[in-house]
Amino acid sequence: MTDDELIWRIAGGSGDGIASTSQNFAKALMRSGLDVFTHRHYPSRIRGGHTYTEIRASSEPVTSRGNGYNFLLALGDSFARNPQEGAYYKNEEIKPLSENLDELREGGVIVYDSGLLDASEIEDFDERVEANNWHVYDIDLRSMARDVGREVMRNTAGVGVTCALAGIDTQYVEDLMTDAMPEKILEPNLEILERAYNHVLEEYDADAHDVTAPTGEHDEEQVLLSGSDAIAYGAIDEGCRFIAGYPMTPWTEVFTILSQNFPKIGGVSEQVEDEIAAAALAIGASHAGVKAMSGSSGGGFALMSEPLGLAEMTETPVVLIEAMRAGPSTGMPTKTEQGDLEHVLYTSQGDSHRVVFAPGTVSEAYDQTRQAFRIAYEYQVPSIILYDQKLGGELINVPASHFDREPNPDLGSVLTEAELETAPHAETGKYQRFQHDVEDGVSPRSIPGQENGRFLATGNEHTPEGHIAETPENRVAQMNRRLQKAEAIRADLDSREETHQTYHGDDEAEYGLITFGSQQGTVEEAVDVLADQGYSVKSLGVSDLMPYPAEEVSAFLDSVDEALIVEMNASAQFRGLTQKELGQYGEKLSSLLKYNGNPFEPADIVEGFKTTIIEGDELSGQETTFVPAAGD
Amino acid sequence: MSAFNAIDGGREVDRNDYTPGIEPQPTWCPGCGDFSVLKALKGASAELGKSPDEILLTTGIGCSGKLNSYFESYGFHTIHGRSLPIARAAKLANPGLEVVAAGGDGDGYGIGGNHFMHTARENHDMTYIVFNNEIFGLTKGQTSPTSPKGHKSKTQPSGSAKDPIRPLSLALTSGASYIARTAAVNPNQAQEIIVEAMEHDGFAHVDFLTQCPTWNKDARQYVPYVDVQESDDYDFDITDRREAMDMMAETEDVLHEGTVLTGRFYVDEDRPSYQEEKQAIGELPEQPLAERYFDDSYEWERSADTFLDKHK
Repeated sequence: MTDDELIWRIAGGSGDGIASTSQNFAKALMRSGLDVFTHRHYPSRIRGGHTYTEIRASSEPVTSRGNGYNFLLALGDSFARNPQEGAYYKNEEIKPLSENLDELREGGVIVYDSGLLDASEIEDFDERVEANNWHVYDIDLRSMARDVGREVMRNTAGVGVTCALAGIDTQYVEDLMTDAMPEKILEPNLEILERAYNHVLEEYDADAHDVTAPTGEHDEEQVLLSGSDAIAYGAIDEGCRFIAGYPMTPWTEVFTILSQNFPKIGGVSEQVEDEIAAAALAIGASHAGVKAMSGSSGGGFALMSEPLGLAEMTETPVVLIEAMRAGPSTGMPTKTEQGDLEHVLYTSQGDSHRVVFAPGTVSEAYDQTRQAFRIAYEYQVPSIILYDQKLGGELINVPASHFDREPNPDLGSVLTEAELETAPHAETGKYQRFQHDVEDGVSPRSIPGQENGRFLATGNEHTPEGHIAETPENRVAQMNRRLQKAEAIRADLDSREETHQTYHGDDEAEYGLITFGSQQGTVEEAVDVLADQGYSVKSLGVSDLMPYPAEEVSAFLDSVDEALIVEMNASAQFRGLTQKELGQYGEKLSSLLKYNGNPFEPADIVEGFKTTIIEGDELSGQETTFVPAAGD
Repeated sequence: MSAFNAIDGGREVDRNDYTPGIEPQPTWCPGCGDFSVLKALKGASAELGKSPDEILLTTGIGCSGKLNSYFESYGFHTIHGRSLPIARAAKLANPGLEVVAAGGDGDGYGIGGNHFMHTARENHDMTYIVFNNEIFGLTKGQTSPTSPKGHKSKTQPSGSAKDPIRPLSLALTSGASYIARTAAVNPNQAQEIIVEAMEHDGFAHVDFLTQCPTWNKDARQYVPYVDVQESDDYDFDITDRREAMDMMAETEDVLHEGTVLTGRFYVDEDRPSYQEEKQAIGELPEQPLAERYFDDSYEWERSADTFLDKHK
């Protein structure tokens, strides 16, 4: 166990206020000068069911959930089902204390609400406590809350106890409560916080354990954001003012943020009948001259396949986002996975020409969403942001200055009425919106309502003015032009100052870890741990999935002896993509996979790397899976 | 200053302005009812003085989808069943556009049925023309959602076991605020109805009976037809939902017995359009969104100024 970080887990039932309490507490820790990172785990239920959030706080930047946790605040599940259902669900009330208890680090702290939970129901509890040198504080949080306010405020009591035991100044928590809570509930909450804090100081020796919050200081102002926030703000700053959608976990977060914020800035949000309509509305709005987006998660995105192809064929710019969760089908709705990669790359009939970015961090989610809009509108293609439940929901502190950028509402390759006057028109009077020979394959568009701009957009193959045509010459010219845009986009991305790919570790390292999307921070932490242990490892986090950054990945692979590709799915989809795109390196690439619904912990990767690549052994646990390189 | 000067530009137009300079080879069969829709739409557009550059005509897939090829305007020939969601978003983006959506009975009442229901429910200010020929024409004569029960085709060799969709009743139940049926064989009424539909401030649904001489030879050519407003046999109040519902039910019942009832079936001038409803709750700006992107004086909001404080 290390002293330089606190990994605080608050566990309860869905509906116990775990999310809001943990969000406020994370912000309080951030304001105190610490770097924070949160990890959410929740069931697909409204009430009841074991749910927890972990907050990792350190004086150094944190990029993953870390390994296990060292402080457990178990509130118990106050919405547990009735005992008659126990045969199937077992005793749910106790789960926030009993589940994953073994992940609590040696010497860790347990606080549980003795008003609701009885630790003697847990098998060998006392023996395990002793064996692991855990420090247990059974405190009647429920009565504490009830005496002053309402029972539901026991999470505040839990926070007060935490502050006392971990040496955290309650002032930060009080300030946040004052900002966030309506007056009526503020007073009792403040009093509960104080009582709980004082109770611990009076009744216990808080120095009996070694788990304390570190102290830190930020050089500049920080903001606490999730990946979903970052995507929404990236869209706003790029001038997006139209979103259409249908609720589905976990994409609903971005849809909600924009639906709530758009009215304040004159944007339009449409909740519609299904995801086919949602994608079609975004296309319709974009066609009529608005920067527009839609999105969903796997099942809903499947419904968008046909509109996605229409956007490609009609060259209508649009941004779609896909928040992955564990599949196939309904899968595990609230659990994270990266299993939709191939779905997003290839869905819809014919030869696809789309752009897919998978940001690796919250700040990349903002940057790459902006880039997705710019590319979509400049090159008239659909751009997709592929992320997952993990990145969407995790909170991390980012310097506020990261968002201090100029907005870019530019509609991209669009003509004005004045420009249309001299633009090429067909004999029919239509503007030639799909000209064959144009730079980078991009033929500028007109917008309905503009004088002299009329043209026909159609999902059929079409002539320059948009009329349906099946002549071989026109077909080949139009197909080549559309596909040419992919090369232009790759060149555009390669020419920019900052690449979307993220490199970490010693350039000269012998081994490589490669991942895409949300596992980036975890992989980087594993690289640091391995380096500390004397291993020669570096990492590459890939965000550009289509068009694929072949030069960058090839250079990375050429520089290492072997590479382990880390991804959260069962069929090594990203490794498959890499081999398809590069056409070689099969003997160098092996895979570490995790698809049990939980994201990697750095230790999974550290152990996986050492066991398989260094020692050539089999993995012993069931958490992760190893797929060896070709020929091994 | 508007970036879209075709809108309400007051340009002089006549019906020939909607004919493409070079007529593409017609793919409709001789005698097809679709020609009448085209003619009525051209006539109505001219009558209303709409410039080809201010009309957005969206279509689905099928013979009806070819309407875009023969009607000169901005066009979006979408995918099967999806003309409505594309059309209504364009209307939200730029409410000044004259938005007309069109498709066949399979397109609108079958694969796109969900969109039909919800677009009517939302009451977007637009016109929806359904070419109803009671058959799938372009794919060569399969049974469609409006084919009568017992209709035999290659895909329903024993005759359809299903009752047909009731398009007028469905539109009414869903929330359309203008509902009419016309027929290809009645060009004057067709044009009048399309004019009314385009002028109507809300979702106007026109079920347009279009005979298919190639694949639906057994079906009548929708003659003789009866205009329910002109006939003394029918007396109902088109602004009364219950009376309209009864009249629609009768119309749908007798169609396959040989009585073709056409005319206006329901008109609600009081119901606000979706655009008005959205503006009333502050969710649609007064200035058309599409204009904003061409407005150099607009100061674009930044998330850093507007939303970041709550994350500090």
